[in-house]
Amino acid sequence: MTTFEAILLTIVTASTPLLIAALGELVTERSGVLNLGVEGMMVMGAACSFAAAVTFDSTLLGVAAGMLAGALMAALFALLVLGFAANQTGSGLALTILGLGLSGLIGAPFVGARRDPVAPVDIPGLSDIPIIGRLFFEQDLFVYASILLTVLVGLYLMRTRSGLTLRSIGENHTSANALGLPVWRVRFWAILFGGACAGLAGAYLALVYTRFWSPGMTAGRGWIALALVVFAAWRPGWVLVGAYIFGAATVLQLHAQAAQFGVPSQVLSAVPYLATIIALLLLSIRHGRAIGAPGSLGVPFVPDR
Amino acid sequence: MKADVPPSGQPLVELKGISKRYGDLLANDGINLSIEPGEIHALLGENGAGKSTLVKILYGVIEPSAGEIRLEGRPVTIGSPVEARALGLGMVFQHFSLFDELTVAENIAVALSGDWSLSTVREKLGEISGTYGLALDADRAIWTLSAGERQRIEIVRCLLQNPRLLILDEPTSVLTPQEAEHLFTTLDRLSAEGCSILYISHKLEEVRRLCRRATILRGGRVVATIDPRASSAREIAALMVGNAVGDIRTDAPHHPQGETLRVSNLTMPPAGLHGQALRDINLAARAGEVVGIAGVAGNGQSELFAALSGERLADHAETIAINGKPSGTMGIDARRRVGAAFVPEERLGHSAAPTHSLSENTLISHASTEVSRSGFILMNAAKRVARSIVQSFDVRTPEGDPQARKLSGGNLQKFVIGREIIRRPKLLIVDQPTWGVDAGAARLIRQALVDLAREGSAVVVISQDLDELFEVADRMAVIHQGTLSPLRPIGEWTKEAVGLEMLGVAQAEGGVHAI
Repeated sequence: MTTFEAILLTIVTASTPLLIAALGELVTERSGVLNLGVEGMMVMGAACSFAAAVTFDSTLLGVAAGMLAGALMAALFALLVLGFAANQTGSGLALTILGLGLSGLIGAPFVGARRDPVAPVDIPGLSDIPIIGRLFFEQDLFVYASILLTVLVGLYLMRTRSGLTLRSIGENHTSANALGLPVWRVRFWAILFGGACAGLAGAYLALVYTRFWSPGMTAGRGWIALALVVFAAWRPGWVLVGAYIFGAATVLQLHAQAAQFGVPSQVLSAVPYLATIIALLLLSIRHGRAIGAPGSLGVPFVPDR
Repeated sequence: MKADVPPSGQPLVELKGISKRYGDLLANDGINLSIEPGEIHALLGENGAGKSTLVKILYGVIEPSAGEIRLEGRPVTIGSPVEARALGLGMVFQHFSLFDELTVAENIAVALSGDWSLSTVREKLGEISGTYGLALDADRAIWTLSAGERQRIEIVRCLLQNPRLLILDEPTSVLTPQEAEHLFTTLDRLSAEGCSILYISHKLEEVRRLCRRATILRGGRVVATIDPRASSAREIAALMVGNAVGDIRTDAPHHPQGETLRVSNLTMPPAGLHGQALRDINLAARAGEVVGIAGVAGNGQSELFAALSGERLADHAETIAINGKPSGTMGIDARRRVGAAFVPEERLGHSAAPTHSLSENTLISHASTEVSRSGFILMNAAKRVARSIVQSFDVRTPEGDPQARKLSGGNLQKFVIGREIIRRPKLLIVDQPTWGVDAGAARLIRQALVDLAREGSAVVVISQDLDELFEVADRMAVIHQGTLSPLRPIGEWTKEAVGLEMLGVAQAEGGVHAI
């Protein structure tokens, strides 16, 4: 493996958790709910998946535990913002703080433990193509799953009846209610989906990316995922682009720092953020009319009956 | 069990004793109504008469507190719009229930039950558009369409489900006359095909054009069911606004002096899609009198208030003169400094900040007076002012200095009106002073307005409540579609005359062209 190939592989690994978490949040936001608790759900996913994987010595059980943990956190959020029509910003921030604390408690016995790498899935023949072969066709299952998920979310939102219902509810929940669309039910499942995705992203971090647990290991990736959704104008395809640009810039700036170009390291650290913003901005300018947030995003739904 | 063919003479829909209670307010009170197959039935009434509440009940959006709905003789419970549509009821809302970012086809598909693909929706849309002359482009986004086009989508959306009853809530309120005529042709055609239509309106000429039967609501009750073609506009207007004259006024005679407010040729374009333009408005209020502005909601009242208060500025300073000073281009606070005070219609969020305490809320209009000095708030002074408002205007508060939102509607209204009156303004402009307020608070507020005028201020009251205007006003004018009728002494007005002005038929009846 050449150094170049190694760098490309780390880019994919750095981008995948962002992509998965952002896709989940995208679906939640398209239904009109702003969940700022991605970071908290993600870190809980990381802690629970690692704990389960070490305890039962099973990556599969670990992943399941991570998704379940994320979904449970999301269910708590759903109870607050749907059940009690609580402020979504406040509830989301609280969820992040809760997740960061609780994950530390759950993960404490597992600090110092290590997991073996997850074997990549080799697609015979294709993986032998030079340079891009290993990049595209010899990844772990999560990477394939995340790409598939992007396509499925896109198809679901734009091509299915249920996806149309979800978008309508996010656009204008008062009208949706007047037409008899099930606002609460759709939002509940959208929030749960977002939680499960954030949990899966956390599981990927703990089981594939680092293969150990340390408190607060998500290190702001949940927030990046949130920002990606906004910069990508709530479009799955653009989220994919954004996640990979951010991942690439992160990895490359690390190598640049190591190579000591004489540029202050703080400037280089800022590169991923700037690159992502500029890239997605160019994308939306080229597309013409700026696409706004879903109309009912962040507004509590209280029907008059 | 289920009869496939309804026995002849059976009404399609029958409402029996429908009531809806919101707290102390009875929005619908024992309403009976029946609609025959293929009939265009009008539901007439002023704003707040309970029309919208009734149709929302029929369409399953809100639950009735009491009463029964029968469909072809069978009692039914309509728990949601989905159930209503399954029963063959369709509704076109007054404020469209469309999704701005979605395309026409998507907007239609989302409301249809059953299995629809976007391509079948496109096909069906083409068919219906052709049959009824409702031209629509399936792939345009809603935000690019005009109000008339938007309404067409709502109608097509209903027609695709082959409804037996189509409900239209104030369908022409956002249409141009040409678009409205187009709509009437479509409705005539639907009725001829056997679809019943419940047509809600306060516009008399339309109802006489379309309907053979009309049910008139006032104050949540059915006052009459008539044939609008057989009754005169005067009779119908009298039924809608009521004959009972308000309480006798026991005021001392007044001697108005110079003009405190003069509005000359005020013209303003509408602020938005649902807005109303103001056309050539002339108005004067003299010190010592109460001037009333009557009219059905949405005819330019909020626009007039915004122009008078300075929320929207006129093009020329001379258009509005307060205390003789040209003020048309002055902002709200500048107008306050020349002696004016304003109470907008919306209590929470416009007159008062909901989560701020009462003392903080005094700052909203007292900012340039005794409660602040060199940019600093004098909290004790503000509390003192709040306390004196609470005492003088009998505001019942939960605790010492509560948040504005903790007060009931009536008490908060007493507070925001008291807050302005306590400043002893030379000119007070109030929009809907007793809207949604209990009778006791309403009495106190009206008395306070009259008292302020008798002490030498000019008071302008914009209200939809005619009884209220007859009680407090010395002179009155009616606003209709952004134009103001001449200002006449209250003694020269009858309720009937006001009703006709409100409906915009005063000129038509007396003039060449009767509808």
